[in-house]
Amino acid sequence: MALAPDNISPEEWGIIWLSLKVSAAAMVATLPVGFALAWALARGRFPGRVLLDGLVHLPLVLPPVVTGWLLLIVFGGTGVAGRWLAAMGMPVMFRWTGAALAASVMALPLMVRAIRLSLESVDRRLEAAARTLGASPMRVFVTITLPLALPGVLAGMVLGFARSLGEFGATITFVSNIPGETQTLPLAIYAALQVPGQEGIVTRLALISVGLSLVALVASEVLTRRMGMRAHVL
Amino acid sequence: MSFEVDVSITRGSRRIAARFEAGPGITALFGRSGAGKTSVLDMIAGLARPDEGRIAVDGRALFDAAAGIDLRPEARGCGYVFQDYRLFPHMSVEGNLRYGWRLAAPDARWIDFEQVVEFLGLAGLLAARPRRLSGGEAQRVAIGRALLSGARFLLMDEPLSSLDAARREEIMRVIERIRDELALPILYVSHDRREVERLAGQIVEMD
Repeated sequence: MALAPDNISPEEWGIIWLSLKVSAAAMVATLPVGFALAWALARGRFPGRVLLDGLVHLPLVLPPVVTGWLLLIVFGGTGVAGRWLAAMGMPVMFRWTGAALAASVMALPLMVRAIRLSLESVDRRLEAAARTLGASPMRVFVTITLPLALPGVLAGMVLGFARSLGEFGATITFVSNIPGETQTLPLAIYAALQVPGQEGIVTRLALISVGLSLVALVASEVLTRRMGMRAHVL
Repeated sequence: MSFEVDVSITRGSRRIAARFEAGPGITALFGRSGAGKTSVLDMIAGLARPDEGRIAVDGRALFDAAAGIDLRPEARGCGYVFQDYRLFPHMSVEGNLRYGWRLAAPDARWIDFEQVVEFLGLAGLLAARPRRLSGGEAQRVAIGRALLSGARFLLMDEPLSSLDAARREEIMRVIERIRDELALPILYVSHDRREVERLAGQIVEMD
């Protein structure tokens, strides 16, 4: 069995662990931003809403290498945000944090979409009923809107996590392919493919990728079904 | 006067206006569908903002354009019973009943949980989820939830319209008991002449 645990070398375990760490960090970092954007797009009425919608979705259609290059300009060693982060003790260049940042940007559109759909599916009439029962807008949000939207928010998080696991182009452009630091599963597979005789590693890592992605997609689909939404990812 | 209402609101290209004063007991807001009856209830509850006018209940101004008064919905002390129940689907019946009660100031609570359960016959339903309830059961829970929120008056928007004949009779008796035993002023929207004549002491026609 190619996938028996003792066939997986310590280096490969390290790659899997790094991938999970990068994806988890990306998911956590994207959530507040993604939720705020989803809220603004679902409930906000402001000029520039369509433009904001377009910007959020840009990483979905832009060539990932372009996204990576833009990240390099903004967050690179000479970029404004890059210097600020380095000064704050959180450098991202050639670090796993940079890989998480790239994954986070690529996961954002999917997460925003799922959360936005779930917020739009919350019946505003229930919120109005809660107001008449004495709830302030903040309490309505915490006791009615959020619980009803929660399956969609979780689905968005899982989807963002899955997208992060597969992130390749923006990452390799932005923070390169450094074993132990930025070499996540897809980058490790790519690196192994460059060297003859590495078919075993490629197969194992590819199968692990398929497994992780499938689990995440099924989890997301189950959560989506639970909330009775018609927006399925499969 | 229980209700003093003199308001108007623009909905799309239509202007909906209502002006009436009503004493204690049940006042029916009667008229064909689309006459704007629900808009009037929404304005009294604070869910829609009138363009102009004044709303007072038991002498307390809830909205007064001239005086710059516009109480938030949660501060109006209104128990709104909706046509479509609007029970919270993620809470049990008990959770729904206690929702407003928890939020009410202790001195605003004039009825307690056990009394409401007894009054409306909800004892067997407390653990159930709203989607398991029949229309009549859901409407009783919605009424109980409104009473427990410390409501000083009730707004009822066609509470019988989605019920069959037997359930109608059941809810009608509940409403009569609220009128007679709890002495709560009720503004009751309906387009059914017989319903209105049986329940209401006063009828306001809207066209």
